[in-house]
Amino acid sequence: MNATCFIPLLLALVLSPLLPGVINRTKAFFAGRRGPPLLQVYFDLWKLLQKGAVYSRTTTWLFRAGPMAGLAAVLVAAMLMPLGNFPALVAFPADFLLFAGLFGLMRFVTVVAALDTGSSFEGMGASREVFFSALAEPALLVALATLARQADSLSLSTMFGPVSGAHWLHFGPVLALVVIALMIVLLAENARIPVDDPNTHLELTMIHEVMVLDHGGPDFAFILYGAALKLWLFSALIVGIVLPATDNAWLNLLLAVGGILVLAVFVGVIESIMARLRLVIVPQLLVGAGALAAMAFLLGLN
Amino acid sequence: MTLLLLAMAILLAGAMAVLLLSRSNRNLSWLGAGSVVVAAVLGCIPAIQVLLGGAVLQLRFPWPVPYGEFFIELDPLSAWFLVPTLLLSALAAIYGVGYLRSWHFRRSLGPIWFFYCLLVLGMVLVLLARNAVLFLFAWELMAVASFFLVTFEHERQSVREAGWIYFVATHLGTAFLLAFFLLLARETGSMDFNAWAAKGIQTQGLASVLFLLAVVGFGTKAGFMPLHVWLPEAHPAAPSHVSALMSGVMIKTGIYGLLRAFSFLGTPPLWWGWGLIVIGLTSGVLGVLFALAQHDLKRLLAYHSVENIGIIALGLGVGLLGMSTASPMLMVLGFGGALLHVLNHALFKGLLFLGAGAVVQGTGTHEIDQLGGLLKRMPWTAATFLVGAVAISGLPPLNGFVSEFLIFLGAFKGGISTGGGIAVSLLALIAGLALIGGLAVACFTKAFGIVFLGEPRSEHVARAREVDWTMRLPMLLLAAVCVGIGLLAPIVVGCLQPVLESVTAQQPEIVGENLAMATSPLTFVVIGAGAFLLLVLALIFLRRGLLAGRRVEESTTWGCGYAQPPARAQYTASSFAQPLTELFRTLLGTKKTVSMPRGPFPAEAALKTVTPDISHEEMYRPMFERGEAWLSQLRWLQHGNVQLYVLYIAATLMVLLVWKFR
Repeated sequence: MNATCFIPLLLALVLSPLLPGVINRTKAFFAGRRGPPLLQVYFDLWKLLQKGAVYSRTTTWLFRAGPMAGLAAVLVAAMLMPLGNFPALVAFPADFLLFAGLFGLMRFVTVVAALDTGSSFEGMGASREVFFSALAEPALLVALATLARQADSLSLSTMFGPVSGAHWLHFGPVLALVVIALMIVLLAENARIPVDDPNTHLELTMIHEVMVLDHGGPDFAFILYGAALKLWLFSALIVGIVLPATDNAWLNLLLAVGGILVLAVFVGVIESIMARLRLVIVPQLLVGAGALAAMAFLLGLN
Repeated sequence: MTLLLLAMAILLAGAMAVLLLSRSNRNLSWLGAGSVVVAAVLGCIPAIQVLLGGAVLQLRFPWPVPYGEFFIELDPLSAWFLVPTLLLSALAAIYGVGYLRSWHFRRSLGPIWFFYCLLVLGMVLVLLARNAVLFLFAWELMAVASFFLVTFEHERQSVREAGWIYFVATHLGTAFLLAFFLLLARETGSMDFNAWAAKGIQTQGLASVLFLLAVVGFGTKAGFMPLHVWLPEAHPAAPSHVSALMSGVMIKTGIYGLLRAFSFLGTPPLWWGWGLIVIGLTSGVLGVLFALAQHDLKRLLAYHSVENIGIIALGLGVGLLGMSTASPMLMVLGFGGALLHVLNHALFKGLLFLGAGAVVQGTGTHEIDQLGGLLKRMPWTAATFLVGAVAISGLPPLNGFVSEFLIFLGAFKGGISTGGGIAVSLLALIAGLALIGGLAVACFTKAFGIVFLGEPRSEHVARAREVDWTMRLPMLLLAAVCVGIGLLAPIVVGCLQPVLESVTAQQPEIVGENLAMATSPLTFVVIGAGAFLLLVLALIFLRRGLLAGRRVEESTTWGCGYAQPPARAQYTASSFAQPLTELFRTLLGTKKTVSMPRGPFPAEAALKTVTPDISHEEMYRPMFERGEAWLSQLRWLQHGNVQLYVLYIAATLMVLLVWKFR
């Protein structure tokens, strides 16, 4: 292991709060507004870390532990994600299972902390969160299985290497289906339109936002940062498949970071031109994503 | 072997002693629990020795039963099942002392401890027996003892009904096993397991018939869908420490039986593996869906046993596919994952049932929607239940993740290296196991969140108190083992080596090589788990540092401005699960009774949902009703007249004699 192993992790830690800023700027552009500064999330985090806290009398230690455990889980997941040609800090066969498991753990603690408040708004958000993620899970793992079969490798760090230019020419449809499936998973897992609307103003219609309604101060900073990191990691997963690798490692890294930012713009475009789906339609979208991924696997069999 | 015999003798002596000697319920409980604990300690020593590479222990002496022989053997496979059986038996017994305290002045506890000791003895004998007659004897001992334990509160109608369903189901299963053993005996001319394993069945057709008989017979005990009907009835009816024992280890004797049966049947055709994967997916997905729809905490846990048995069946399916295609990798990862999940499920399901029992003890109800806010009132129970909930959801860094990781790893490795039908079936397994995991998170956030968090939903729950140390200690130990296996995963998986050698019948080097494919990634998983714990610790200090000297206030939960929301306005378990139960309504068949609020000043409104078991309602009830109608035509044979019955017997004997000497 050499020092370059830290590069993907460090970039994720430093740059991830940029993504929500990019998405919001894109949305503002479409709406004809100026929009918040690109670095708004950094400012928010800084401000929140300065604050005290208010806790509900109903809550227990679990409510306080939730944001910390959630952030710790996503930080470990960040150690598993490579970027460009640089492998992740920790890489081993089937590391993506740990990757998926850690997000499951993050979800578990977030949901449990939400239920700790005894609020029916937060209960409602928690219920929808586990509902949608249960359906997104098969899509994610089947897409990864397809990718693993294409690359003949079980580690995230070596999976993307073989997937490049020539591969896209031969197996274009397979990879395209995988990318579409993973894109839907990204939107669902990161609480974006068309699954969840991060800007909605009514508690009844929120999913992710309502679960963290009662958190404040440093706790909320942990949650915000964790969410930004999660978005970065899912984006890195998709960009790893889409971007063909060149011979120059540093150029690849630059392309990957650029790709992630472009993906954030793309998410912003989706949010600007689409309305949120009705809650009963969302399962169809997620099951559809799973079906696309399974189709990709079958196409890749011959 | 001496230690094992001694352990069995102590169990038997303990059973007799509680029945005969003691008059005070208090002493009696300690006597019963004490003998189980001593027997467990003694029995664990040889089992662990065998697992660490010791020699296989054998003992046989004649037994005056036709075709019977008292032939017991402790090989690695038996030892792997014996350790969790004894561990959970001992812990559940200690817990039982506290749990049964409220019955001290109501009735004698002699019978329940008598049958408890016999159940443990039965399970131990099932795992050790190598003679078919002895095995069936032990199997029946286990079934009958557990029947009496299930019907402990027999004055309640629902408990008696549950007991009967269990009794009928388990005996129908035994009937299939009887056929299985008789066919094997006819083919080989022996009743000896080792002779069967040495010979093997060569005819493909007969082997397949035997396979089906074993799946039905052992699957009834294990709880494969749709043979699981007795589980959701019997587990809630039984006292909680008995539910823990039955759900944690007794149903695993079915898995043990299947694994043993595979060793008699030679090389399996592909469809056996596919069959088990289909059974596993059905049991897993439907099990967790039905669990989601339940309102009774113990019934929910019972359905989760069906789900976990499904996961184990998936592992067995992968292993069988490996045997069919002569792929040691699939064998080792599939069977290894299944075996490890047997151990893990015993630990966390035992823990969860004990936790549910503590909730019942503390509050007097298992209705999830009556509970709430117990974390503040029962902190120990809540913390250990949380560990169990995370573990059973298959999340890192606990033990449930490790066994599911092995099964997933087998499926992924097979999925990228094989082609055609095998790859497709493994893909279905991956999708199914992922769905099961996601739904399990939904189910256990519901179970834990609604029961232990928020505000109490009824008055008696608000007055709940923590249970005493005899009940707390077993839960703490089980939780500690769940964490321990999660953090020592590579070592525990390494212990599977001798077991897998005997199950797969492969060379030690080949097993070791393939097992290393699992242990080396697991080392990294453990590193990840360690990093997670360190990061949590670091964040705790960071948060403490940040909040030091700042204003930290207490207030009410945000409720759009309402300062005094009533506890009943909280989200309930039914509402939490509603989106999922609605999506899968065609599978669940939930019945809804609604009375809508009427008029400008509605006085009352009600919503009631019941989710009856689909196979119970759609399959068994019509089948048994038709059977009853048909058989009732023979009722004229029954007069209640003793002389006539004697005549029947005499006539039968006569016919048999004529037939014999014709």
